[in-house]
Amino acid sequence: MSTRLIFIIIIFFTTSLGLGAQSFYDDAKNHSCLKCHSFNVITFHNEVMGKDQKKLMNPYLIMDTLDLKTGVHQNFDCMDCHSYEYETYPHPANLKLEPMPSCLDCHGYDPTYATYQFEKIDEEFQKSVHAKIGDEIFSCESCHDQHTYRPTARNSERIMEIVEYSNGICLSCHDDMNRYESVAGHENPKIVQVHSWLPNQDLHFRNTRCIECHTTVVDSLMVSHNILPKTEAVRSCAKCHSGNSLLQASLYKYENLQARSANGALKTMLTNQSYVIGTNQSPVLKRILLIVFLMAVAGIIVHATFRILKK
Amino acid sequence: MEKNNKIYFYPVWLRIWHGLNAIGIIALSITGYSMQSGVESSFIEFSTAVSVHNVAGVLVTLSYLLYLAGNLFTNNGKFYIVKPKGFLKRPMKQARYYIYGMFKGEKAPYPLSKNRKFNPLQKYTYIMVMYIVLPLTIFTGIALLFPELIIEEVYNLSGIFLTAVFHTALGFFIAIFLIIHLYIASIGKSPAENFKSIVSGWHHV
Repeated sequence: MSTRLIFIIIIFFTTSLGLGAQSFYDDAKNHSCLKCHSFNVITFHNEVMGKDQKKLMNPYLIMDTLDLKTGVHQNFDCMDCHSYEYETYPHPANLKLEPMPSCLDCHGYDPTYATYQFEKIDEEFQKSVHAKIGDEIFSCESCHDQHTYRPTARNSERIMEIVEYSNGICLSCHDDMNRYESVAGHENPKIVQVHSWLPNQDLHFRNTRCIECHTTVVDSLMVSHNILPKTEAVRSCAKCHSGNSLLQASLYKYENLQARSANGALKTMLTNQSYVIGTNQSPVLKRILLIVFLMAVAGIIVHATFRILKK
Repeated sequence: MEKNNKIYFYPVWLRIWHGLNAIGIIALSITGYSMQSGVESSFIEFSTAVSVHNVAGVLVTLSYLLYLAGNLFTNNGKFYIVKPKGFLKRPMKQARYYIYGMFKGEKAPYPLSKNRKFNPLQKYTYIMVMYIVLPLTIFTGIALLFPELIIEEVYNLSGIFLTAVFHTALGFFIAIFLIIHLYIASIGKSPAENFKSIVSGWHHV
């Protein structure tokens, strides 16, 4: 067993003694970090002026306590990852300059997390346009906020929820001028405009993940992390809307989801929208037409045989 | 025109129409089938199949206009007129001949002449294909080229989906017609006789 795992077990054990099934984040007002980091306005004692003072919180540093409680790291308290020195305010300036652990620092090369394939994800990510921006601007947490991230694609039973959550991650930068510009160095292209060629844009956006067209599909990975340059994104309808398609290879290939959606929502979605191309138009019709074709051919063969025999 | 047991059945415009139509329908059937098989199992590269299908569709539509004009403005149209008398009996008689009579050495019940270019069964089939199935296929084909023309939803089903399925089914029946048409054309004085006629224009009686 790795030391990391032992460490985690100890944390679970000690915390469960004190709090039972409760979360660290239940009582934000009395939490040493969240009493500031979950509110818009903070009150603190200004020792220089010798009085209590109110101040607006930096909106990028406000935590959603509900998201914290449902995130993958819900069983960790802030100080498990962040320095204890943060307990003082104003926080010591050098703390901000310290490197923070990223996914692989805890999860990499650990058999406990083998199913998540962190190493393979990293390998894929290194090929992506995001990694190529350079200077290590991009890291796992750029998209997967460790505080709040939920693996919806694994846990959710609702495809719409998976799609919305996944696309939300992309849009948090690609539809946010400031965040996008801070990384790309130029203004973000307007999503609706650059996808103006896409028919039924609204339907596609609601029912398909961005990554469906913007990543390479790796069958062994649940979600590919090789985000392609825009010139290599899928632009052909038939790539998805056909029998043996990319759609089947990614989100929709997960049979467990298909089986779980009791009302057949997935099936409805696959057949209800403009399926102009492909074999799955109407299997019943296809069978009828095949029978008619075979009957016609059989009729001709029988007739021709008699003609030859009776000559 | 009539000479040496030969009737001039197929004027130039008709042969041009028939030729264009034949090329078009064959291209449409092959590419249509290929597209229907999906992207990966199609034997023609998908985008090529789509382009060829579109071009051939336009070709067949234009040649259909030629066919309509020919039947309106020449007396070729009269061969398509159905007589109410023996409406069902006449084609049945022809069908019986194909199934049974011709093997017994019977004479064709409706031999072709200057005034009868088609036997009754043939006439009915041609009317169905040329005045019902093909126009509907053309209409649905144009609608699929300009999908904004199509009603968006019909009882919760996408209009485009319905149109596409209908177009496929119609196209399929035209392909079946083509196969049977080619086979029956081989029932002549000799198997190649009718094929020669549609090229030369002269039908051997």
